[in-house]
Amino acid sequence: MATATQSALVADGVAKRFGTREALRGVSLSADRGEIVAIIGPNGAGKTTLLSILAGIQRADAGSVNRRPREVGWVPQQAALYAKLTVAENLRLFARLERAGDPEAAVAEMLELTGLGERADDLAAELSGGNRQRVNIAIGLLGRQDVLLLDEPTAALDPRQRERVWEFVLGLAARGTTVVYSTHDLQEAARHADRVVVLADGEALFEGSPTALGEVVEREGGSHSDFEEAFVAFLRHRGH
Amino acid sequence: MLKDLRILRRSPGLVALLILYPVVLSVLIGFALSAGPDKPKVAFVSLVQPGDDKLELGGETLDLSSYQGQLFDAIDRVPVDCDGKTALQCEQAAIDKVESGEAIAALVIPEDFTDRLGGLQTLALSGPPTIEVFYNADDPVKAAYVEDTLEARLRDANLALTARFTKVGLSYLNRVVDGGRIEVPLSDDIELLGLRRSEELVRRVRPHVAPAQRAELDEVIRFSRLGRENLDFSGPLLRSVSEPIRVEQVALDGGDTSLSSFAVALAVAVSLMFVTLLLAAGTLALEREENAFARLVRGLVSQTGLLVEKAGLAAVCSLVICLAMLAGLGLFVDLDWARLPLWVVALAVAALAFGALGVAVGAVTREVRAASLLCVMLSLPLAFLALVPSGSVAPAVYDAARVISAVFPFRPTLDALDAALNDSGGLVAPLLHLAALALAFGALARLALRRFA
Repeated sequence: MATATQSALVADGVAKRFGTREALRGVSLSADRGEIVAIIGPNGAGKTTLLSILAGIQRADAGSVNRRPREVGWVPQQAALYAKLTVAENLRLFARLERAGDPEAAVAEMLELTGLGERADDLAAELSGGNRQRVNIAIGLLGRQDVLLLDEPTAALDPRQRERVWEFVLGLAARGTTVVYSTHDLQEAARHADRVVVLADGEALFEGSPTALGEVVEREGGSHSDFEEAFVAFLRHRGH
Repeated sequence: MLKDLRILRRSPGLVALLILYPVVLSVLIGFALSAGPDKPKVAFVSLVQPGDDKLELGGETLDLSSYQGQLFDAIDRVPVDCDGKTALQCEQAAIDKVESGEAIAALVIPEDFTDRLGGLQTLALSGPPTIEVFYNADDPVKAAYVEDTLEARLRDANLALTARFTKVGLSYLNRVVDGGRIEVPLSDDIELLGLRRSEELVRRVRPHVAPAQRAELDEVIRFSRLGRENLDFSGPLLRSVSEPIRVEQVALDGGDTSLSSFAVALAVAVSLMFVTLLLAAGTLALEREENAFARLVRGLVSQTGLLVEKAGLAAVCSLVICLAMLAGLGLFVDLDWARLPLWVVALAVAALAFGALGVAVGAVTREVRAASLLCVMLSLPLAFLALVPSGSVAPAVYDAARVISAVFPFRPTLDALDAALNDSGGLVAPLLHLAALALAFGALARLALRRFA
């Protein structure tokens, strides 16, 4: 695990309870600059809750996060933009709210980054799911934060749209942005993430590279032909 | 706020509804206030011959056609063609109009109407004239309305005629007291001596009568004096017979707002309530439906700031709409434009209270459709409750209605608007009430936002 001084994002012992249910039990993770970290786990594992706490949308009952909410970019699972505003108007609105020095320049930069310059004057409601998600991510970047949190960014997108989103995210990481995202798509996690965090029942069971997860499974006597099989075997071995 | 205005501008259906609603409402209310209900269609036939509609009564000539004019103002007269027809045929023609549905009633003035009416002031025993009214009772509501209308007009006519006949009766009594000439039908006029002159004559004769008989003359003098004095009381008595009960109305509570002015305050209050509630609740719930709320409150906008913006936007929009509505209503109803600043204050404070309630509804429901539905379901009963008059329900129910009305902004809004528009009661108390409700609902909305994202 990277140390706090090297890491762009560090969460330590984060716990969250909803009534009698423990959603997170002392979860810790870290992510370095330019690193892509995938949070994976079965349904109800606490992935979205963890990301919400990292983003400052929910408060942890215990533990700490080294970044304040405004210091991280946040991209929710559902595109958080106004359907009756154009692409440019959405970007301009959030650029102003983020107090960007030059909102128009920020809008132009994001339009170029998303490749949506020609759709700038189209209503967000008229965009495809993939393009809406690109605008959604671009809005998350308007604050120029060096850490970007994405909650299932490619859920409900077709393969072509997923590819376009990943081209975009990988480009950001290549420019030094730390990306932490949750996903159900294990192939995507194995393919794009530098490291994965396996959550189950609110507990972080593994943190390391996808390859390292396979090695753990093999050490425990399990066999697998791909990352998905390794993940399932890993959880089964721990009673999940 | 600019973003919300832009979204509103791109919702033409909603904007059209927000503009058209008060315009249509104000026009409808204006027409309702400036026009009474439809007059009943009545077939009217007067069988009185032209020239026979004048009556000498109490020394004055009474034109009976003027009473017809009053009646015609209250009804929609259906013409009946009586040319070349007998009185009976003419009456039947009027009845046919009723039976065919062309008229809801037929009113027939008999040929001897003037004669019989004139006979009442003489000793002729012909009896009072009778007006025949034929109803169509197929539609009970209309039948009741035509009955009420005709009865009211005939009551007015009877009252006026009673006053005339009282005057005639008093003139006869005056002749009994003071003496004078009385006309007797089919006979010569009678010259009455009168009680006063009788007493004077007896008093003059008394000294010339033997003392033993003077006591009998004193009895006559006493009778004449007492009779004259008692008959002096007959004037007020007869006048009271024509109108035994007079009504003097004193309003014990509330101002002297006319019905039309109160209707204006009510219409504006209802519009203000609907527009503000729906806008405030809808724009807040929209933030969640667009998934933007969580993104906004991550340090970009404070939750309280967001609530203030939504309530403020709704208040500004509804203020503008209600002022436009008042301008429209001003075409139909007299409004005191010098009180415009008070209107604006009342509307603004009331709009803020409704805005706070709206954001509370939006925060609790978290969906635009659910918020809109709850706003409508909340608004209508509140408006009805606030209008329950005292004495119309059991005291406990009335007290409960007052308590519930006091917890929501409609009743104080109505009071504030009534005070601002019509100078009816104080404005400060309802404004303070509304301000307190705005704070309370604002706090409730803030609490509800905890589980909004």
